[in-house]
Amino acid sequence: MMKRDEMLKAFARQRKNEIVVAVYTAAQEITHIQPNDLNYTFVGAMGQGSSHALGLALGRPDKKVIVFDGDGSLLMNLGSLVTIANQAPKNYVHCLCENGCYETNGSVPTPRAGQIRFAELAKTAGYKKTYEIGDLDEWERKLPEILKDEGPVFVTLKVEPGEVYPENFPRLYNIEYREKFRQTLAKS
Amino acid sequence: MADYPLTAEKIKQEFKRAGIRFVVALPDRVTSHYLLKGILADRDFHAVQVCKEDEGISICSGLYAAGHKSVFMMQYTGFLDSINAIRGVAVEGHFPVCMVVGLLGKEPDIAPTKSKKYGVKIIEPILDVMGIEHHLIERDGDVAQIAPVIEKAFASSSPTAILIGREPR
Repeated sequence: MMKRDEMLKAFARQRKNEIVVAVYTAAQEITHIQPNDLNYTFVGAMGQGSSHALGLALGRPDKKVIVFDGDGSLLMNLGSLVTIANQAPKNYVHCLCENGCYETNGSVPTPRAGQIRFAELAKTAGYKKTYEIGDLDEWERKLPEILKDEGPVFVTLKVEPGEVYPENFPRLYNIEYREKFRQTLAKS
Repeated sequence: MADYPLTAEKIKQEFKRAGIRFVVALPDRVTSHYLLKGILADRDFHAVQVCKEDEGISICSGLYAAGHKSVFMMQYTGFLDSINAIRGVAVEGHFPVCMVVGLLGKEPDIAPTKSKKYGVKIIEPILDVMGIEHHLIERDGDVAQIAPVIEKAFASSSPTAILIGREPR
């Protein structure tokens, strides 16, 4: 098990110019840990992060797209695994922050928390490569390989809450930030 | 097919005129046989088939953020099923999602709000309450409004709904 913010900090140390799509708590945290104009937090409705990321990956096949999804979110949009695998974007890395609960909504457990092998679902759907990572050392060690792999890649990350960061939902869905993202992406 | 009031090929060409390359879709009984199959067979388009309609709202939004225009084809039932994504992503998030919605069961040349089919009758009032522009396409003469409607949606960064009132052939 890793602290989610430590997992994100480890990712930030290795990030180059990738697009990062993040949802809920991971989105709140990434905006503090690594402010970046290529952070995409404008998902607008629960479960939709993986689908926004697919649009970005198809629209910019030259850019790696990393999505930090949640298990509660993915359970709301499981069909997206099949849609993504069917499109098979080589630049798509789907990281699932599995914490076994709806953390933003009172930390109520997800159905069958801890008993679902999400990476197996992704493999069955047709993702090219899958990982299950349970500790920080392993994450830091495998990340260079994950970022080089041909996608779509799926990574289950077993996480728990770490340091608490301030919530700012208006920032996550802010249109000015969204436009800045578009402009930055268009230039990069 | 020359006497049929609405032609699938004209709609397909109108999408091209609007600069659409990506067509996101979940098969809709009104448009799947002639229009969607025609798009799937046309290499000028990149079709993205989804498993559920709310995915399509978000895929179109991601494509927009990456600099592309797209349309999303679905049945009115799928529109009803995706209301929260349309609300949160397209309306409140100001993403120009262009929805092409088949009104399955609408009677020919009857206004959707006068339809005897409950699901069809409620579509325009729902769009009105959400502040989403909508345009009914029922005859070939209506098709030329599609490209300007799409253009306006992208210029204003707002969603729009193109309602297909009968099967295009």
